[in-house]
Amino acid sequence: MRNTLAIARRQFASYFNGATAYIVICSVLLIFGFLFWQTFFLYGRATMRDMFNLMPWMLLVAAPALTMGLIAEEKRNGTIEILLTMPVRDSDVVVGKFLGVLGLYAVMLALTLPYPLSVSTLGPLDWGQVFTGYLGLFLQGAAMLAIGILASSWTDNQLVALFASMFVCFALWIIDKVLPLLPSGAASVLEWLSFDYHLRSMARGVVDTRDVAYFLSLMGFSLMFSFRALESRRWR
Amino acid sequence: MTDAMIEAQDLGKRYGDFVALSGASFAVRRGEVVGFLGPNGAGKTTTMKILTCFIAPTEGTARVNGADVFEDAMAVRRAIGYLPESTPLYTEMLVLEYLDWAARMRGIEGADATKRIRTVVEETGLGDVVGKEIRALSKGYRQRVGIAQALIHEPPILILDEPMSGLDPNQAMEIRDLIKAMGKERTVILSTHNLAEVQATCNRVLIIARGKLVADDTPNHLRETAGKARFMVTFAKADTTENAVRDALGKIAGVERVATATGTVDEIAFEVVPASGEDLRAKLFQAAVEQKLTLLELRREDQNLEGIFRELTLGGNDHA
Repeated sequence: MRNTLAIARRQFASYFNGATAYIVICSVLLIFGFLFWQTFFLYGRATMRDMFNLMPWMLLVAAPALTMGLIAEEKRNGTIEILLTMPVRDSDVVVGKFLGVLGLYAVMLALTLPYPLSVSTLGPLDWGQVFTGYLGLFLQGAAMLAIGILASSWTDNQLVALFASMFVCFALWIIDKVLPLLPSGAASVLEWLSFDYHLRSMARGVVDTRDVAYFLSLMGFSLMFSFRALESRRWR
Repeated sequence: MTDAMIEAQDLGKRYGDFVALSGASFAVRRGEVVGFLGPNGAGKTTTMKILTCFIAPTEGTARVNGADVFEDAMAVRRAIGYLPESTPLYTEMLVLEYLDWAARMRGIEGADATKRIRTVVEETGLGDVVGKEIRALSKGYRQRVGIAQALIHEPPILILDEPMSGLDPNQAMEIRDLIKAMGKERTVILSTHNLAEVQATCNRVLIIARGKLVADDTPNHLRETAGKARFMVTFAKADTTENAVRDALGKIAGVERVATATGTVDEIAFEVVPASGEDLRAKLFQAAVEQKLTLLELRREDQNLEGIFRELTLGGNDHA
């Protein structure tokens, strides 16, 4: 546990040591802010609904970008050898890295709080809906970051990791948009697999345990497989 | 061999069809400084990765400080300080931050951590750079940071993969002295392909070639038994001819062969090969006195380990 936190802390700090954290946070806030306010006054309603439609698009780029180096870079420059020969379990390493990047994501989400705050000065805002929406965004982000770590654990090439996780996240994102083309049995399974399907209800203010379970299990599976990928070097 | 810190039995590692290491058995006792010597790709790094539990052996077993590298990896890792090849460090961190992180990872915190960090900083001579980013450091200082990281938890065993490669001669000398100092209280394994380093730092040498252990001996004993010493003699050019001097040297008891070496305009030099491992320096000096030659230089060629190395690693001659 202590090791996990030491890894998480180091990872979190390293985003801020370099320019990564600032660049990613600033560009997400800038692009998101522009898109959000551009249409906000057209509708003239005090709602954050748009945020929960737009933010996942930002995540589609931000999550793979933040996670691509987590393991791949350590493999490339060899630091993973020092890390994995310390008295830590491989799972501690994966979870530690995940917590580190999740911390950064939480900071990024927290920095969007001025938006609902300013919206609430313009009209009556349903804070319950905002809260569940944020919870949904947080969970979806966590799942996407876990997918990013999985991609990063399979390669020592950051670009490969970037595009692999972007591809998987995008596939999970659009999968419910192609449903009309499919037979109904497959359609309901695929619908259940999609990010959008689960985030939508949370953005409406409904917290369904099935949605929460979906994000958590996606996250859990990704982390478990990254742990397996790390561990595979010791298989015989 | 009760105080064996490391015992390897028929250690082997196979990647698919490629055999990186096979049948390596050796033991390292407490307080020994052992050099793994061998050409690149011979299996030195593979052996070290197995001992540090980074990878698992496909054959054989190894015990480190009494714990099995496969069954009880955590105990092994706690007993070892490891510096991998080419010193991979988190270069964006400050030296102090990095050492603090390493201490935390080893479960050392608070006042203990402060104390340990201070000690290793002093031991490795990092005092002047603790506040600098690692990426701003020279290769020699990075190497010290890597060693400091490996020492942070006072491990009984230190494993260093090519700790002196890529350093300039001064830095290499400093790291060499550091390793010698470490070796006083600890068991140290280091790998290198530089023979001078082995002679200067190690009290035992394991030569690995093509995935096999081909020699396990002390550097001095290896030199005495496997390679013949040669003696280089240089005289001032005098009235006697080169041939006369050569004949005189050839008559000394115990000399097998005398060859002319490259001299200069006013010097003549010979390489004297003895029939056995005998030290001929006294006899060569006597001969010079008898022949009334002006002896300018007389030395034993210390390149022999290189010859042994070549013989063991290139030839098919496995005597392990």
